[in-house]
Formats: sequence, structure tokens, C-alpha cells
Amino acid sequence: MPTVELRFAALNGHVRTARMIATAVSRRAGVPAGATDEIKLAVTEACARAVRVNRRHAPDSPVHVALVDTPDTFTITVVDCGRAGDEVAPGPDGGLVTASTLLDLEPEAADPPWWSDTTDDDSAEDSAGFPPGLGLALIEGLVDEVEISRGPDGVGTVVAMTWHTGVEAAPYETAR
Amino acid sequence: MDLSLTTRQEGNHTVVVVGGEIDVYTAPKLREQLIDLVSGGSYHLVVDMEGVEFLDSTGLGVLVGGLKRVRAHEGSLRLVCTQERILKIFRITGLTKVFPIHSSIEEALAASE
Repeated sequence: MPTVELRFAALNGHVRTARMIATAVSRRAGVPAGATDEIKLAVTEACARAVRVNRRHAPDSPVHVALVDTPDTFTITVVDCGRAGDEVAPGPDGGLVTASTLLDLEPEAADPPWWSDTTDDDSAEDSAGFPPGLGLALIEGLVDEVEISRGPDGVGTVVAMTWHTGVEAAPYETAR
Repeated sequence: MDLSLTTRQEGNHTVVVVGGEIDVYTAPKLREQLIDLVSGGSYHLVVDMEGVEFLDSTGLGVLVGGLKRVRAHEGSLRLVCTQERILKIFRITGLTKVFPIHSSIEEALAASE
């Protein structure tokens, strides 16, 4: 059973709620401060992505977040209700594309294709110009282990993020 | 913690001091500010990120959008940031190659001369 479980309506404002809860739970679990920063950002990206997916395909469905704290790991699972694999950009090897690959940034080419277009994006979403999957690429750079799978019954996507907190987590025992 | 924004003029540069959390909820406010500045003819921007406590990919998107706009007017957008946790986000996404990042406003202004 998860340490803490959260279900929230697919609204941007609740992404912050999820972040605050994840921060509080990770602190209580004695996760090192550096990892808490990573957890904050990763859970924000995963939840923001899930909100976008749900709003597009299942606006009335909630986003589901589960936080599991064990002596050696801290795991956060975020589940949306969209189409399986929506907003996931898999690499050629089946793994996630890294941010630098996704953005295709070369030192001399400061004109990445995803924003050098001349279309006016004033009316578009705030993330306009960013390739889908950037949030996930950011997650990959932050999290020790990321696993992306199809949701139960083929609905939605499950993003599972695990941090190995066991060895360095000295305050773990006393923080309980 | 909400987002705070203040702007001031330094020569032909506009310094935007950002504080608080830039996330999917507050990013539109920063986006509007940058759009207003560019619409008003400010094409050389220095964004001071020292007071930023949290930044996500939406915030990165807004900054990239701002850069795109000033570049359309042959302007510049420089960042001031020394916080490791924020710098890490720019490194992971490869955006350190897109944004000039400085350790102080003075340094950013001098580099822009």
C-alpha cells in the first residue's frame, strides 16, 4: 500500500498541490535535501504532463499519484487517463529520449528546430514551442530510475520514478 | 509562494527581477511581462533569476519564448543565476547552450555592451 496516495482533478493549479505533498512526504521520509529538489521538479513535470493529457482526452478523469517510501527507495507513480503512450517520446532503443537529443542542441547551432519556426504562438499554450516529451526528458535527467508503461486496461500511461535513498539517507532512522 | 516580478531600466537594457515559483500556474504572468516588454520596444533583456525558488519546463518554455521574441528584433535575453539547483535544470535540458548565463546583473550588462 502506498505511503500517501492522491487523486486530483486535471487542473494546473493542483500540480502545485501535488508538489507540496511530495515535498512534505519526501522530507518526512528523510530523503536527502538534494534528492528532495529532484523529487519536487520530477513530480511537477509528471503531473503537469498528466494534466495536459487528461484535459485533452479525459477532462473529467482525475490524475492519480502514489508515493511509496521504503528504507532504500522513494518511488512516485503518476497515472493519467489519456491514450496509452500519449506525450511520450521513446528513443530508438525503446528508452526515453534525453533532453539534449530531443532538443537536438549542438554548440554551434543555437537554432533548435523546435523554436526557430516563425509561427506566432501568442495564442498557444505556455509550453508552446516545446516538443512533447520535454518534461519526461527532464525527468530522466533527475530520477535514478524511470519506468514508463501502459496503464491498466490499456488506458493512460504510468510514469514510475524511483530514487535510491538508502545508503546516503543517514537521517532516515531518526526522521521517523 | 507566488511569482514576483519587478522591472527597471539600466541604459538600453531592461532588467526583470523574478522571484518565487515559476511553474505551470504562474508562468503565464512571466510570459505576459516578457511579451509586454518586447511589444513596448525593450529588446535587450536581463532576467535576474536569483530569487527563483522553483522552475519547471513551463518556465523554461516561457524564457525560450522570450528569447525567440527579442531575437526577432535582433535583441538579447541574458540570465543571471548562480543557484546550483536552477543551473542544473538548464544543463539537463541543454539550454546552457542557448542562454548566456551570468553571475551578476553587472556582468550581464557588461557582456552585452
